[in-house]
Amino acid sequence: MKLILLAALLISSSCVFAQDDLLKELEQNQKPETEYTSATFKGTRLVNGQTIETKGKGTLEFIFAHRFGAVNGGVYEMFGLDQAYVRIGLEYGLTDRLGVGVGRNSVDKTIDTYLRYKVLRQSSGATNMPVTITAFGNAAVRTSPKKADATFDITLEDRMSYTGQLLIARKFSPGLSLQLMPTIVHKNTVDKTIENNNLFALGMGGRIKVSRSIALTSEYYYRFDVGPNNPYYNSLGFGVDIETGGHVFQLVMTNTRGLTERAFLGETTGQFFEGDIHLGFNVTRTFQLKKPK
Amino acid sequence: MIRKLIVVALCSLTLPGFSQKYTAEKSFVSFFSHGAIEDIAAENTKTVSLFNTATGDVVFSIPIKEFEFDKSLMKEHFNEKYMDTEKFPKSTFQGKISGFQGDAKGEQQAMASGKLTMHGVTQEVQIPGTVEMVDGKIVMKSKFIVKLADYKIEIPKLLWQNIAEQVEVKVEFTYKPL
Repeated sequence: MKLILLAALLISSSCVFAQDDLLKELEQNQKPETEYTSATFKGTRLVNGQTIETKGKGTLEFIFAHRFGAVNGGVYEMFGLDQAYVRIGLEYGLTDRLGVGVGRNSVDKTIDTYLRYKVLRQSSGATNMPVTITAFGNAAVRTSPKKADATFDITLEDRMSYTGQLLIARKFSPGLSLQLMPTIVHKNTVDKTIENNNLFALGMGGRIKVSRSIALTSEYYYRFDVGPNNPYYNSLGFGVDIETGGHVFQLVMTNTRGLTERAFLGETTGQFFEGDIHLGFNVTRTFQLKKPK
Repeated sequence: MIRKLIVVALCSLTLPGFSQKYTAEKSFVSFFSHGAIEDIAAENTKTVSLFNTATGDVVFSIPIKEFEFDKSLMKEHFNEKYMDTEKFPKSTFQGKISGFQGDAKGEQQAMASGKLTMHGVTQEVQIPGTVEMVDGKIVMKSKFIVKLADYKIEIPKLLWQNIAEQVEVKVEFTYKPL
């Protein structure tokens, strides 16, 4: 008898919390879903190199990137402002995971084309995936020097270079994302006395958000198996990302003036800590050409 | 014996019958914000909800990440900058609907009052709407205004022209018996 009374009491008291129960019931009925991480980085460029980000389907990104001369040029060079190296590029999201791009860099008058594909997406919930991995590949042709000015009979083949890269990133928290970039750059024709056709490098970088619209970034590429006669340096860069609506402004400091993989990975001429620092910026503007859904 | 009967009767009174519970088979939540530069609108069809017609209790849970926009960048900004979706993945409402008769025909005016939680902030709200019984299903509709400041949703200064300080929210749920 007492037991029944107790049970009745319990049941009636549970009615007081009926709304809470209903919410619990609702949550219990839900199947766990996979939560994909988004916005690991603000843009498709970390400083000089790539990030794992792909543009959404039907999104066109216009990238205008610019590097001044080295600041240690002094007053005579107006601290580098007298020189300007520019890359103008476009990238289009064919799907949310596959992007295609093209650009032209004034350094060595290089035209580059590339594809990037997001192979794995960092996620939690039903599927747990610790990192996002994007595969990046490009083919670039340097159109400088002119055939007539070349020291040897230069062909299109000699002018080509290729990059294969895996971009591996994890967004540890909304404020911190880190990325590793194992990379190979292949140049068809090289001066064998200073370098090999294949260059292996490991990049590392990341971003720290300091406010909702501002983030600090850095990037360093370590080159493996560099010969003693190689006159180039590892590329290093720091940046500040400022986002306003459809624009991202990236202000950067780096020891390289090149904006294609061959140039900044393999042919960086500046020593950052000797003052060979190039100021520059990347400006991107995003246009939605097609509705995502 | 009589006492026993009373207890049993009490039990059966307090036990919510399963036939009185309804689950949303279709859900539609949208919002619209009029800005100086561009209007922003988004739709979400992934909301889940339960409605107990016996008590009037209603709950719903909106996954913030499932709002779909015209532009992918808008979606990214919405989740990353305004809603802090990684921290607050869901918006919920827990409350009671009053002012409708279960057996009446046609659209009836009703009032939902309870707790609306968004961006980690809970506010007591009263939301007017309509309830209609159609072939054993319940259609619930409502339109109301949400002030972003009430839920501590801040607009970055550099973006202020884009975003209105309040947004119009529309919800439409169709419930079937659970």
